[in-house]
Amino acid sequence: MADLSKKYDVLVAGGGNAALCAAIAARRAGSSVLLCEMATKFYRGGNTRHTRNIRCAHDAATETLSGPYPEEEFFQDLLQVTQGHTDEALARHMIAESKTVLDWLPEQGVRYQPSLGGTLSLGRTNSFFLGGGRSMLNALYLTAESLGVEIAYEAEVIDLDIDNGMFLSATVQRGAEHHKVRAATFVAACGGFESNIEWLKQYWGPAADNFLIRGTPHNRGTVLKLLLDRGVQETGDPTQCHAVAIDARAPKYDGGIITRLDCVVFGIVVNKHAKRFYDEGEEIWPKRYAIWGRLVAQQPDQIAYILFDASSLTLFMPSLYPPIEAGSIRELAGKLTLDPDTLEATVNEFNAAVRPGTFDDTILDDCRTEGIKPPKSHWARRLETTPYYAYPVRPGITFTYLATKVNKQARMLMRDGKPSANMFAAGEVMAGNVLGRGYAAGMGMTIGSVFGRIAGREAAANARN
Amino acid sequence: MLATEKAGARPGSHATALLAEADRLMTVCNSCRYCEGLCAVFPAMEMRRAFPDGDLNYIANLCHSCGACYVDCQFSPPHEFDVNVPRVLAQVRNESYAVYAWPSALAPMFARNGLAISIVAALSVAAFILGFAAWHDASVIFGTHTGPGAFYRLMPHNAMALLFGLVFLYAMVALAMGLRAFWRDAGDPPPAGGLWQAIRDAGSLRYLDGGGIGCYNHDERPNDRRRFYHHLTFYGFALCFASTCVATLYHYLLAREAPYPWWDLPVVLGTVGGVGLIFGPLGLMIAKLRRDPIMVDEQRLGMDFAFLAMLFATSLTGLLLLVLRATPAMPLLLALHLGVVFALFLTMPYGKFVHGLYRFAALVRYAKEHKAFTSK
Repeated sequence: MADLSKKYDVLVAGGGNAALCAAIAARRAGSSVLLCEMATKFYRGGNTRHTRNIRCAHDAATETLSGPYPEEEFFQDLLQVTQGHTDEALARHMIAESKTVLDWLPEQGVRYQPSLGGTLSLGRTNSFFLGGGRSMLNALYLTAESLGVEIAYEAEVIDLDIDNGMFLSATVQRGAEHHKVRAATFVAACGGFESNIEWLKQYWGPAADNFLIRGTPHNRGTVLKLLLDRGVQETGDPTQCHAVAIDARAPKYDGGIITRLDCVVFGIVVNKHAKRFYDEGEEIWPKRYAIWGRLVAQQPDQIAYILFDASSLTLFMPSLYPPIEAGSIRELAGKLTLDPDTLEATVNEFNAAVRPGTFDDTILDDCRTEGIKPPKSHWARRLETTPYYAYPVRPGITFTYLATKVNKQARMLMRDGKPSANMFAAGEVMAGNVLGRGYAAGMGMTIGSVFGRIAGREAAANARN
Repeated sequence: MLATEKAGARPGSHATALLAEADRLMTVCNSCRYCEGLCAVFPAMEMRRAFPDGDLNYIANLCHSCGACYVDCQFSPPHEFDVNVPRVLAQVRNESYAVYAWPSALAPMFARNGLAISIVAALSVAAFILGFAAWHDASVIFGTHTGPGAFYRLMPHNAMALLFGLVFLYAMVALAMGLRAFWRDAGDPPPAGGLWQAIRDAGSLRYLDGGGIGCYNHDERPNDRRRFYHHLTFYGFALCFASTCVATLYHYLLAREAPYPWWDLPVVLGTVGGVGLIFGPLGLMIAKLRRDPIMVDEQRLGMDFAFLAMLFATSLTGLLLLVLRATPAMPLLLALHLGVVFALFLTMPYGKFVHGLYRFAALVRYAKEHKAFTSK
């Protein structure tokens, strides 16, 4: 069992991708490292367990990537999804570093594979982990252990002693015991606050009770809050997060990837009043995947229903729960406890507005509606082939963007703008520096690996001085 | 917990609760696909949206039980989704052996298989000893016999050939009938070839490598030991079988009678194979004992051990016979060896041996499906 009484060069709070990259980088630079993961060994790794790929810039195709993804293109993608809400200098630095991270991760035991079935659109930009995120974590943990990183499980940082921007010690709870852990430097890599419903309610009100949390129940933001309370500068909009529409039948926490639904573009989406509320065919699906969480969160009772018919049933990736099936729209309304008259009217109105076109879900096709609000701009086909199907959906929160402000060294900045003497941050806890809003697949892992490695390296250099 | 209560359960008809659970897992895994690159099971799953029993039995037999998907799964127990693919597929696979057994009246041989096979083996050995004793007087059984034809003083060659020919033929027929039922149950595969691909995949145990770093056995550190021991066992068995075939040809074509000198082909093949068949099964047994029980079909471990023990005994008695063939121990050792080999062939269609056959057939089907799918 890891010794919590020793003084370490680097204390890492957290146990996911960012934490492991920091711990490994610091250890490789010669530091003694203690990593405190609050979860059990099985649940170690926070949301990294549920990830599957990382977005890194690269100048040429590789064994697993189908073509180059230049730094500038990555930056433009980031600009587009965040609508400019990013720290350009920091983002460009991250993207430049991501190029070497692509090779650095395999050196730590991580293995890649070509993009998975159903994710062809990411085959050029994103490196998929062979065996998924938990496999990646397993490799990083084995490497960290063999390098001599001390790993404490079920060890939660519950308090921080910080004096004028300088970390002195952390209070770590392991079992019933509290330990005062001293270290020359501190790396916060322990996630956002998405699992803390009470905190979410500060911004979302009672709506947050209806949010489902897609990953770990442990990201309660304890360390984030401690840091902000102890003078670290805050950045990012606290209401911004990665949120998608997931199956409403998913468990409150940790349902992961298999509860997601990729069928919005094939049908229509209605709220509890059986009314449509947004253009389902606005863009190619992966580009709009991450807006539907917020859209559903803004609907009454934070519930919505994706409706489609038999002609679309096998056009998208299967998911965990079977769709609700009915022989007529009225019967479907009954099963969904929606008003049958309104639902029938909504579907009829939509069907009547569909213009003829040639359906092709791989491009922005010419199947659209005319004369209704909101329109469906592409892939609009009449719902007319029985049976009819529906998936109930709720907002599924992946992670939050409220962050501790950092510089290019991943060093935290204090409220007065001065860099902290010895505190660094990586991963979700500082994601908001780069991601002001929006999301593109694999960026969470880029932020974790890149800033994790920087934080580890810098913390080790800091500890030596 | 019943499969129907867990996330991912589908209404549908399956012969057993176990198959329903396998269906549920395929539903979960098909919505995740993170394990796609680890082996053939997940790509085979992705080519399907529904999983009838025959398909589940095919997929279960495609699984080599490397354990990588268990270690890599974010939903494996204690997660509430309770995804344990290696164990459930091992259970389905083991049940499938009985489902396809021929004649079906002998399917119960698979229940308490270790006991059943031990009894058959003991009876066979006893029969050979008693047989020798009944046909000869004590001086032959406890005498020293050397030179060509020494073995046949205890049992005439033609009697030996007839007896083993018959039991071998029976085993072949029973295995073929089982294989036929297994093949048909998953429906017609695409017509594309695939035999050569399957031979390479089976011969190298391609899918026992955890996607490239070895299989998971007793802890989170993968290694390639099971594959190594399985190679010793399989190729050891193949060499021993080749030795028998060569000896038969010698006998009938060249009129050269056993025992053969140590440098002759049947002895060399048999000795090298026999050594593999000593260390291979031992290594596999140790690996099985150490394997994390959560990934194992513990109820049917007896079947695995019975088969490994039979292979080990075949090899041990054969090698002892080779070393001690010029001593008075020869007649008893011969009876022992013949008894064990006889029991091995007799029980082949009703024990773990069938895994090789169904695994190979599954690999052929997968190669065909893969070829047809990628050429689309």
